[in-house]
Amino acid sequence: MDDLYREVIIEHYKNPGYRGHLDPHDIQFEDNNPLCGDHIEITLQTTEDGTVKDARFDGHGCAISQASADLLMETIIGKPIEEVKQLNKQDILDMLGIDLGPVRLKCALLSLKVLKAGVYGLGEASDSLVE
Amino acid sequence: MALNVNEVRKDFPILQRETSDGVPLVYLDSTATAQKPLAVIEAMDSYYRRSNANIHRGVHTLAEEATAMYEQARVKIAKFINAKSAHQIIYTRNTTESINLVAYSWARANLKQGDLVILTEMEHHSNLVPWQMLQAECGIELEFIPVFEDGILDIETFQVLLERRPKLVSFTHMSNVLGTVNPAREIIRMAHEAGAITLVDGAQSVPHLKVDVQALDADFLAFSAHKMCGPTGIGALYGKTELLESMPPFLGGGDMIKEVKLRSFRANTLPHKFEAGTPAIAEAVGFGAAVDYLSSLGMDAIAAHEHEITEYALERLEEIPGVKLFGPAADKKGGVAAFTLEGVHPHDVAQILDKDGIAVRAGHHCAQPLHEKFGIPATSRASFYLYNTKKEVDMLVDGIYKVKELFG
Repeated sequence: MDDLYREVIIEHYKNPGYRGHLDPHDIQFEDNNPLCGDHIEITLQTTEDGTVKDARFDGHGCAISQASADLLMETIIGKPIEEVKQLNKQDILDMLGIDLGPVRLKCALLSLKVLKAGVYGLGEASDSLVE
Repeated sequence: MALNVNEVRKDFPILQRETSDGVPLVYLDSTATAQKPLAVIEAMDSYYRRSNANIHRGVHTLAEEATAMYEQARVKIAKFINAKSAHQIIYTRNTTESINLVAYSWARANLKQGDLVILTEMEHHSNLVPWQMLQAECGIELEFIPVFEDGILDIETFQVLLERRPKLVSFTHMSNVLGTVNPAREIIRMAHEAGAITLVDGAQSVPHLKVDVQALDADFLAFSAHKMCGPTGIGALYGKTELLESMPPFLGGGDMIKEVKLRSFRANTLPHKFEAGTPAIAEAVGFGAAVDYLSSLGMDAIAAHEHEITEYALERLEEIPGVKLFGPAADKKGGVAAFTLEGVHPHDVAQILDKDGIAVRAGHHCAQPLHEKFGIPATSRASFYLYNTKKEVDMLVDGIYKVKELFG
């Protein structure tokens, strides 16, 4: 019925494959979307040669934010960290297969923002990470 | 006289539009901002077409006209809330600025470390953050009247808090989330008995109920034009004359002065003392037109219509499995229905409803602590005003069933 709620998004929201918390982990970061209170935490395990061995997200929020987090985890497993650092807004939109207005874009990009702040080892997640 | 909602709807050009082809707008977000009747739009348009000039200083025809229109609007607004005098109405940008004016001017002159300010747990951020900032700056103490599960304030606890002799009690007249209409008169009477000054956040009450500052005996009342069919960018602070006169100016600049020397100034009289710089003149004119419009329909008739719609909406929403409503029953609240739908985030609810042209709000509605209290990150909120119909409530309910189906 609705482009924004393509089956893939509903499916990843209802049955996420990568929801959880890795312990031990090599990288951990979490942040909120202050506009709506959505919350995402990511934990990563990495190999010595700098590849993402495993990844999980946890948190709460709308279907867009949670599905994009799940899709993002699926995408980065097995990828070199250097490649993860290059991911941007368009990659997320391609993953979701939808176009988003400015408000919902923040929902979709929250997980990428958190992920990039984590892999760059930053103290704070800023919007400029995902521009 | 009862409101003829079909006639009222004709006054609002925006209600004739569609959000996409063949999908009419169902506007259920008046608690965020109300739509504007033609009378307001035309008053502002006419001001710019015919009378635009800066006020108070010019002697030419346009300046005289603009000044008269700006000040006439003030008289209308004063009458609307039954203030004794128009000089008790200070134009501000909005409710938030009105509250900040009290926090910066009255509170900084009158409160010191250890003084107590009482707020409630259901406040909008605009009646929390200014006091938190003041707390950080000069060490005032804050206490909160608790909210019961059903959205009603715990007046007994308030009574106990009053034994600590607060200097100020600042509270919302009507919650923008729960819709609760608080017993303002009683709260003010109790506060006065304890020797406290009162500030009423009337952002939601003034647009929807008959608010009489003299009957309430309120010391300050803050409200915004845009929630009562007027333009954005203008609001008002009502204050008792002796309080306003005793307060230092808020912002410095032109119009707020009587006399300026290089190293000193003398402040102007009320209300100009608090209105530095060129104000929002066209917006004041629009504010006056909004007040005229609401008065012509009658606030009692508007409140009765909203009550009918709200009662119907709560009844219909309650029937939907998985819907949980927040706030008290219809007879204790204004036209607000905040709810959650099991298994679906409020943002998704709002987004899917939007496809059917239904505008509701999702989030914490600038009342994050209240949501935390109820253990939820966010709610969807439908709100009703003079132009909403039962048919629109039915469309909302149908829309929620569609959401359930999609996420089912």
